[in-house]
Amino acid sequence: MTNTPLFQYTLRLADTALILGHRLSEWVGHSPVIEEDLAFGNMGLDLIGEARALYTYAGQIEGKGRDEDALAYLRDAGDYRNLLLVEQPNGDFANTMVRQFLYAAFAYPHFEALKGSKDEMLAAIAAKAAKEMAYHVRHAAEWTIRLGDGTDESHNRAQNALEELWPYTGEMFEVDPIERALIDIGIAVDPTPLRAVWDKTIDDVLAEATLSRPRDGYMQSGGRSGRHSEYLGFILADLQFLQRAYPGATW
Amino acid sequence: MSDKNWPLWEVFIRTRNGLAHRHVGSVHAVDATMALHAARDTYTRRGEGLSVWVVPSNAITASDPADKDMMFEPTATKIYRHPTFYEIPDEVGHM
Repeated sequence: MTNTPLFQYTLRLADTALILGHRLSEWVGHSPVIEEDLAFGNMGLDLIGEARALYTYAGQIEGKGRDEDALAYLRDAGDYRNLLLVEQPNGDFANTMVRQFLYAAFAYPHFEALKGSKDEMLAAIAAKAAKEMAYHVRHAAEWTIRLGDGTDESHNRAQNALEELWPYTGEMFEVDPIERALIDIGIAVDPTPLRAVWDKTIDDVLAEATLSRPRDGYMQSGGRSGRHSEYLGFILADLQFLQRAYPGATW
Repeated sequence: MSDKNWPLWEVFIRTRNGLAHRHVGSVHAVDATMALHAARDTYTRRGEGLSVWVVPSNAITASDPADKDMMFEPTATKIYRHPTFYEIPDEVGHM
């Protein structure tokens, strides 16, 4: 695998979008109401659309003839570079919605900032993604508020989801040498200043939701360098089955 | 479990070239905000509109026109949602 920073950075964005999109797609047909079934499907397709554009660009950067399908379907878990947060199991409705909120509250300002990238392709992809993430954060925030400030059961489930997912939020703000190099030349987004934006979004919504912000303790890390939880392998087994069993199959 | 008695809301959509909002169907939602999300997610997936109203029995709630990029543009690139994206075999004939 090519290790140019731009390839790695683009792949990280693509993998995070694909895996979260796949997770949301798992709800289709299982949501409590059809309106949310469609909402999950819509958000999932937003993310998979982002992933497609990013994979295509990553393949061009790499220059070895790999297209979006090769990158999505023919890499194993150790080569995936997504955030650990997005590969966590869907759990219950509150768990999925809180995970979506925690991620989108970061992704929205992140893509807004990436619109200013000196890399024109990333800037163009970010312009589209920012609009999509704006809706995701709003939808997930509204649900988080209603679950938190709802019944005792919905409150407890939302609070449990927060506690469970919180250790995976630190990874969003990490900067390693790969990204540092790109930040310094104006291509990648420095997540450090986004922390305050994310904190405010989270705190405002949690206050309205009557949920308690978990304390920052040990933060999980490693997804963006290929060290994943056991869940990613199962996702890929599902996601990649068709291309592995019937190489080159199209529809 | 989910409460099946969520209020019903009527959904009105103004299409790109339309002069007035048109009734397109209904959704269940717990309140006005969520009804608007449900209407967007249920009835605008193929770029049908630029503005949505949801209406309970005696009130009207409308989307913010400033949100239209966020609300509707993301569907524009999803060409696979149109039937013309798929090739129909000749043997099928007129559909």
